[in-house]
Amino acid sequence: MTLPRRAHPRPLDLTHGRVDLTHGGGGRAMAQLVEEMFIAAFDNEALNQRNDQAAFDVPAGRMVMTTDGYVISPLFFPGGDIGSLAVHGTVNDIAMAGAVPLSLSAGFIIEEGFPLADLARIVASMAKASKEAGVPVVTGDTKVVEKGKGDGIFITTAGIGTVPAGVEISGDKARPGDAILISGTMGDHGVAVMSQRESLGFETTILSDSAALHEMVAKMVAAVPGIHVLRDPTRGGLAATLNEIASQSAVGMLIEEALVPVRPEVRGACELLGLDPLYVANEGKLICICAEADAEALLAVMRAHPLGADATRIGSCRDDSHHFVQMRTGMGGMRVVDWLAGEQLPRIC
Amino acid sequence: MKYIDEFRDGTVAQGIARTIAAEADPARSYHIMEFCGGHTHAISRYGLEDLLPANVRMIHGPGCPVCVLPVGRIDAAIWLARQDGVTLCTYGDMLRVPGSKRLSLLKAKAEGCDIRMVYSTLDALKLAQAMPERQVVFFAIGFETTTPPTAVAIKQAQALNLPNFSVFCNHVLTPSAITQILDSPEVRTLGTVKLDAFIGPAHVSTIIGSRPYEYFAEEYQRPVVIAGFEPLDVMQAVRMLVRQINEGRFDVENEFSRAVTRDGNEKAKALVAEMFELRRSFEWRGLGLVPYSALRLKEPFAAWDAERRWDVPQDSPPDNKACECGAILRGVKKPIDCKLFGTVCTPENPMGSCMVSAEGACAAHWTYGRFRDLEKSE
Repeated sequence: MTLPRRAHPRPLDLTHGRVDLTHGGGGRAMAQLVEEMFIAAFDNEALNQRNDQAAFDVPAGRMVMTTDGYVISPLFFPGGDIGSLAVHGTVNDIAMAGAVPLSLSAGFIIEEGFPLADLARIVASMAKASKEAGVPVVTGDTKVVEKGKGDGIFITTAGIGTVPAGVEISGDKARPGDAILISGTMGDHGVAVMSQRESLGFETTILSDSAALHEMVAKMVAAVPGIHVLRDPTRGGLAATLNEIASQSAVGMLIEEALVPVRPEVRGACELLGLDPLYVANEGKLICICAEADAEALLAVMRAHPLGADATRIGSCRDDSHHFVQMRTGMGGMRVVDWLAGEQLPRIC
Repeated sequence: MKYIDEFRDGTVAQGIARTIAAEADPARSYHIMEFCGGHTHAISRYGLEDLLPANVRMIHGPGCPVCVLPVGRIDAAIWLARQDGVTLCTYGDMLRVPGSKRLSLLKAKAEGCDIRMVYSTLDALKLAQAMPERQVVFFAIGFETTTPPTAVAIKQAQALNLPNFSVFCNHVLTPSAITQILDSPEVRTLGTVKLDAFIGPAHVSTIIGSRPYEYFAEEYQRPVVIAGFEPLDVMQAVRMLVRQINEGRFDVENEFSRAVTRDGNEKAKALVAEMFELRRSFEWRGLGLVPYSALRLKEPFAAWDAERRWDVPQDSPPDNKACECGAILRGVKKPIDCKLFGTVCTPENPMGSCMVSAEGACAAHWTYGRFRDLEKSE
């Protein structure tokens, strides 16, 4: 009798196979899933050590750390999926400190019965996003929950990065007189996701803008180390993010509706669904608040990068004890751009 | 975006604003009620008040279907949702409207009632097909615009022979509400509320046409301009009303001629007439009992009427004592006159219905316009 040389004689059935409870049980089935699915896709030195933690050298200086959970529905949407989103979202959260992302962790909570083919597709997309961003997934975790106790798959990623010397970007640093810049069109991600929801039944050609922004941010920080605030307008869109910054920094803001770029298809979809594009999520855009004197230089750097081609200035910060974000409408009147009340769209990231 | 951008052109708006400013007589004031919540929302969302001279005042009317539903009907919907085997389908805004005892459909849902948010009557119908073991009740609300879709759903339920679908009907009528406002003591005898003219409904008028307004324009001598929901529609309607007031006319004019005719949508009207009859009286939040102001299903369609299938309570508990929604819906008070506004009553924690829907006067003012109150007080 000859013993099989491989630890798992039959490879995972990526065509018809499904995740079952043994894949999270800590036994051989789990080891096989980790080996053939995750290590094969993410393939990097720290992960390949197969320890419960990743060990690596760290540079001196200030570090940032962040974590995010991804529960988006549907899992696959035009322009991305939960896997690429889980990389881009966390890389962007690191980049919004002006930091250089170093590595990510990934936790998978998978519902029993989830097709292995879908898992492979998600993991491949995640690996591709991580390789393109140059930020490896160095450690991870897999759990399987009983059918009905999850919704297909949830992913959490955490990440660390280092902040270049002299950079102190923070949400409380906006000052009256500062310029407010955005890197492109608003609302693409939310509308792309929504167009896939069964109950809405409409089709669009809009792709999610999901993308990793750290390379553009590195160029911005190199040009203007003294950027005051960076933030990506994800859940709650531009409106919620501006309100967060206004209250953190204790300033008011005035933006011009006519200057906020929104794709015609996105505007059309929003009209149809009664949404305001200012409140719709983005996953590959940033808001930059900087000293008036730095605005033009930063816009030039952003516009020179493919992810910032439509970068533009939309307004300024100002003194206001109520920290109102106000907008001059296309009609010439004024309005408040308020926090979102309730949820405009559930589970979009 | 075609057919939208044309009606949101800032330069044209400024031009109309200049004409209004030139034509409005500085020696008098103009009190214009926009009946519909859609207009209220457009005025606030686009900051149109800033484009009007100080003596042209917009008064927000009761035309927000979520706002005018009284506490009793919300309680009744919650009661229905609590019945064994019932799945209640509702439009999203209704979920947060407070009923009595600080309850709402949202809280009932959290307690375990099966309450689903739907985008259309047909979603509710699909649910009924998918869950034959459940009783699916559609919480039908709204003015003349939403009545035909309810009628269509019932027709389809009839065709599909769906015994587990029914409608909790709360459809109300625009002309009777306007008449009620004009008959109110504040307008008629006390004169505490000045109402010079009306901007007539947009979507409602696509169904009922402009003819129903002719009676009260004549009878109460108030001009009406039917207008679309785009900001330029509103500006143009104000210009037309200022001109009518200046000339002493009280005609029904149609600014929304791209969608509204004198007779409206005959097919929709015929369907509604076939299936619904007038209720002798119906309670409105703010307006009280208004005679012949709401619809119920006719006898041949009784099988689909939730109020006949269950013994739905017909109580009418009072509003929160401090809540001024009633007076605000009649144009007697402004949101800022309410003690609760912005203190305990906000869109996150609404005490009254006007703070719930984006079309409600309080929600619109809080969300888009509250900086104005501070400017005045500072």
